[in-house]
Amino acid sequence: MADMQVKIAGVPFANPLIGASGTVGFGREYAEFYPLSRLGGISCKGITLQERPGNPPPRIAETPAGMLNSVGLQNPGVEHFVAEDLPWLKQQGTVVIANIAGSTPEDYCAMAERLNSTAVDMVELNISCPNVKQGGVQFGVTCQGVESITAKVRKHCTKPLMVKLSPNVADIAENAAAAEAAGADAVSLINTLTGMRIDIHTRRPILKNNTGGLSGPAVFPVAVRMVWQAAQRVKIPVVGLGGISSWQDAVEMMLAGASAFQVGTAFFTDPYAPVKILKGLEKYLNTNHIKSAAKLTGGVRPW
Amino acid sequence: MKYDTEVCRILERRQLTPDTFRLRVSAPKLAPMAKPGQFAQVLVPGMALRRPISICKIEPEALCFVVQVRGEGTRRLSLLQPQDQVDLLAPLGNGFPLAGDSGRHAVFVGGGIGVPPLLGAAAAFSGRCSAVLGFRSASAVILTDEFAHAGCQVQVATDDGSFGVHGLVTDILKTISFDVCYACGPLPMLRAVAALCRERKTPCWISMEQRMACGIGACLGCAVELCRADGSHYYGHVCKDGPVFSADQVVL
Ligand SMILES: Cc1cc2nc3c(=O)[nH]c(=O)nc-3n(C[C@H](O)[C@H](O)[C@H](O)COP(=O)(O)OP(=O)(O)OC[C@H]3O[C@@H](n4cnc5c(N)ncnc54)[C@H](O)[C@@H]3O)c2cc1C
Ligand SMILES: Cc1cc2nc3c(=O)[nH]c(=O)nc-3n(C[C@H](O)[C@H](O)[C@H](O)COP(=O)(O)O)c2cc1C
Ligand code: FES
Repeated sequence: MADMQVKIAGVPFANPLIGASGTVGFGREYAEFYPLSRLGGISCKGITLQERPGNPPPRIAETPAGMLNSVGLQNPGVEHFVAEDLPWLKQQGTVVIANIAGSTPEDYCAMAERLNSTAVDMVELNISCPNVKQGGVQFGVTCQGVESITAKVRKHCTKPLMVKLSPNVADIAENAAAAEAAGADAVSLINTLTGMRIDIHTRRPILKNNTGGLSGPAVFPVAVRMVWQAAQRVKIPVVGLGGISSWQDAVEMMLAGASAFQVGTAFFTDPYAPVKILKGLEKYLNTNHIKSAAKLTGGVRPW
Repeated sequence: MKYDTEVCRILERRQLTPDTFRLRVSAPKLAPMAKPGQFAQVLVPGMALRRPISICKIEPEALCFVVQVRGEGTRRLSLLQPQDQVDLLAPLGNGFPLAGDSGRHAVFVGGGIGVPPLLGAAAAFSGRCSAVLGFRSASAVILTDEFAHAGCQVQVATDDGSFGVHGLVTDILKTISFDVCYACGPLPMLRAVAALCRERKTPCWISMEQRMACGIGACLGCAVELCRADGSHYYGHVCKDGPVFSADQVVL
């Protein structure tokens, strides 16, 4: 039997599948289907210092093989997360990653400080949310931005730190390198690609926010390419995500260089998608006599 | 378990109007969990997002849905034939609050494709109910016999006067007395119904729509503006806090 365990930034995961931030909430809704211990980890909905109401509806639009969202970081704030969600999540037997966002570097640092004394296993720095004017995306688009925010948060953060990168950039490998240089323990990519849809009858954008973040199978090839580029550039682990909906996608993402992968939009199509992906991955490893999932990482043989 | 997925077999398909279909599906696992006013997230093969469709009728081992073709997703659903399979995530949402109201006279106010979700609730009132249903024209009229069968006094309004009363459902609603109102339909209709109930100080429950992704409260996509007791506003979610809300709770 293949060993499914992986280690990211010193944190052991029972398997390489992590629920992507914003798609699994704080886990409760999916715990109705299966024990969350089946998942290697959960990256919680992006949290901010203060509660945020989020953007006005409509917030969802469908696209060919994907979706746009403009939720806008609706969340109950870090204190509520620590008091209400974290204690429950910690009992579920899965790795808990806190995805944090802010409008200023001080916000991010204060969030990291607040989480130091909690049971959170890892912090994911969200500097790539495209849906709020001050959702940190201004830090995520340039190398200097990524480097400076990562370095600042690093000083305040005693937890393993993963930086989530935006795909809306010229060269994602440069940004991954900037995060590494500033002290990140891992990088995750990709966040959503900025997109737009228009209702041709009303001539109004479908989203009230006009634009939103594209996710789902439509972004998968972009994500694989970016993970491949980033993984060649940095030594820290790369967590790959964007459009993974089958075990074949998961294998491909790991071959491109991912040490673990996150699943997002696929939860909406099929709540059991993660369970199916893990079963398929394990079978693939066993059939091909690959001793551990970790052995897939970076196994692509480029021409 | 509150909800789950089930691959359901289509038992029956009936065309009700040129663009509306009734599907009866075998759902031995989900049907016993369902309550009137809840909905299902229906998987359309090849599409990333499921389609929210209300549960119209609950049988011991089957569920009925009425689907109107609006776009590609509902078009594909409308092509399903008996013996075909369809993957449902259900039952979702809160459903209609019926406890305590069943001894009173209820009115069900439906507009267009807002009519089907109300049918399941009518049965709880054992004859002490009226249904006021509005449609574009005679060719769009659906489910009037079913509401009558559930014990409701049925009145119909059409926009063009081709069937029933020429006018709006609220024209009819004004003429009848009731203790509690359940409504589902287009926003302008819900506004008018809520205003009438507010005037009469009658409780009013309305079922809302919003674009959805997860259907269970995880993605926060299906936001709806709600009011707190102190008058301030916040975003709740149609799939988890609704789809049924008290009319004074929603910013219409
Ligand atoms: C709780 C609830 C119950 C519903 N019950 C019924 C029912 O019983 N019968 C019925 O025919 N319709 C019902 N609807 C509306 C139905 O979900 C939409 O008409 C349908 O999703 C349109 O999909 P489409 O692919 O045909 O259209 P498209 O416009 O091509 O859809 C594109 C995307 O927009 C979403 N969307 C578009 N219009 C709506 C809408 N009005 N509400 C929600 N999402 C929308 C779709 O789900 C899809 O993700 C209900 C909606 C909700 C929220
Ligand atoms: C509804 C929704 C909400 C999201 N919210 C967040 C968030 O709060 N923080 C974050 O870092 N990413 C968020 N994302 C991005 C996802 O975590 C992920 O990066 C993206 O969806 C690509 O993966 P996927 O195609 O597997 O969904 C969100 C995505 C969706 C669809
Ligand atoms: S559809 Fe995901 S929260 Fe309602």
